[in-house]
Amino acid sequence: MALEKSVKETYYESIIKQGYSRRDFMKFATYIAAYMGLETSMIGQVAKSLENTFRIPVIWEHYQECTCCSESFIRSDHPIVSDIILDKISLDYTLTLMAASGHQAEAAKQATMEKYKGEYILCVEGSVPLGDDGNYCCIAGRSAKELLIEAAEGAKAIIAWGSCASNGCVQAAYPNPTQATPIHKIIKNKPIIRVPGCPPIGEVMAGIIVHMITFGRLPELDGLGRPKAFYSKRVHDSCYRRPYYDAGLFAETFDDQNAKDGYCLYKVGCRGPMTYNSCGTIKWNNGVSYPIQSGHGCIGCSEENFWDNGPFYERLTGLAGFGIESSADTIGKVAAGVVAGGLAVHAVAANISKRKELKSRTSRGIQNEKKLES
Amino acid sequence: MQTRKFRRVYVWELPVRFFHWINALSIIILAITGFIIANPPAILSNREASDIYWFGTVRFIHFATAYVFFFNMVMRIYWSFVGNRFSSWRAFWPFNKKMWHNFLHVIKVDVFLANEKKPDIKDISIGHNSVAAISYVILFLLALVQVFTGFGLYSSTASWWLPKMFAWVVPFLGGDFIVRTIHHTTTWLFILFTLIHVYLVFYHDWLEGRGEVSSMFGGYKFVCDERLKQLAEDEEIEAPVDEEAMEIIE
Repeated sequence: MALEKSVKETYYESIIKQGYSRRDFMKFATYIAAYMGLETSMIGQVAKSLENTFRIPVIWEHYQECTCCSESFIRSDHPIVSDIILDKISLDYTLTLMAASGHQAEAAKQATMEKYKGEYILCVEGSVPLGDDGNYCCIAGRSAKELLIEAAEGAKAIIAWGSCASNGCVQAAYPNPTQATPIHKIIKNKPIIRVPGCPPIGEVMAGIIVHMITFGRLPELDGLGRPKAFYSKRVHDSCYRRPYYDAGLFAETFDDQNAKDGYCLYKVGCRGPMTYNSCGTIKWNNGVSYPIQSGHGCIGCSEENFWDNGPFYERLTGLAGFGIESSADTIGKVAAGVVAGGLAVHAVAANISKRKELKSRTSRGIQNEKKLES
Repeated sequence: MQTRKFRRVYVWELPVRFFHWINALSIIILAITGFIIANPPAILSNREASDIYWFGTVRFIHFATAYVFFFNMVMRIYWSFVGNRFSSWRAFWPFNKKMWHNFLHVIKVDVFLANEKKPDIKDISIGHNSVAAISYVILFLLALVQVFTGFGLYSSTASWWLPKMFAWVVPFLGGDFIVRTIHHTTTWLFILFTLIHVYLVFYHDWLEGRGEVSSMFGGYKFVCDERLKQLAEDEEIEAPVDEEAMEIIE
């Protein structure tokens, strides 16, 4: 143990070493357990796991992305998250945060991949461009696809951070010139946690990592591979403006009195009713606010294809193949008009074409009418 | 001039009529509430939001009617196995020779309005014709689309296992946005169906005069004598009893 200590440290040892007190540590355990949606009785288990578990080696790859996921993460509410769980101590390789660069950095990654084969967690930020032999994203002279396959080989699990790695995000928006591809479409043989969002919430990211440390396995995932604890409800379902929605009070434009009164942004294109995320409960920037609270509708950044789902400020959007200006309702009205017109023409034509038949039937009916007993 | 005798034939059984009108009514309610949900009218009020719940009520009506629509459809599927020949599932599977012949006849005579030199009385359908049968199969598929996308959207806020069974639809299609778009667009296909359906019912009633419209209320249609087998024996028993009601002279 003493010999190994220089290499292997528990999370608790790292935290104490960084100058945090035991009290800080317990506060962190309580805080993160609450974000993970655990009962208070589980706080002890979280603390115990952090005390006894050796840190999990983490390789954090950056491909086609803007680093907003990392930015979100290091701005997470509690300093222990950024200082210990993933930053200075745990990250064996991350382009943006590590001190080493160039050959040193690549050597560190190689060393981790060999030493902890089958043990390390691979975090991926960004999509992988497959177009033109993957030349759109190269690190150290090698394509992102090549690097991903190599790093995924020995990984215990893969976390796809953000919409880029989960869904492709803006790079994969039409016409997707680089053929940006999310991780799960390339790597099929490893457990993948998808954490969509542009960026995902820092506390959500920390919660997932701590869950893996505490319980030694992946958090419960939904059908799309997202952690249920954070992605099982729509933003709409936890929105503080929801009562205005149920009351039918909506902002009609962004500068009307309704918007000033804080009414629901449903009619100005809010994607909250179609977006699965925990912005309404966890919020952003240390729980200060989130888009809807700031008066702007949700843009649905954690949903697939959110860039291609039409203008952010319109609820009824164009249908693919019918031009950007035509909404489903416009097409429906035109189609109904055309059908109604066609039926009117048909009705007239039927009376003309079948006039003999109709005339004879009418005259027979009149004759029969005359034969009726008085 | 030829004068035909018509006989009353029980075509649409009571469950079928109930299905038809419950279905029609629920489609109307679902379409209206659906369009309100998609684009709610701007109703302003001075009252506190906590005192108002009209939009929640509209959504409740939509969801409640969706269950009526769904179980009504389940009942109709059951009836297609126990009902008469006109309501049987076989009537909706127009892939035998006889029905194919009828299909072409309807396209020719009723869609393109051609006049036949020698009209064959057997070409006039007693239940629905083969083209109509196909349109109902399409309507059934559209209804399935609405059931799957509707319950899929509803599933994440549902507490009952039935809508929860459709939770896979949303990830399968790629997210709430596309599911919602499909749900909304399909509503318009229902409207187009309704336009054509209602027109054709009036068309047949107008041109054939066999009680096409009223058949969905009373269940009877009027069918030429020649179409009935063993007419002679039946007539002795039935004719004196039902003389008034059964014999309409054209």
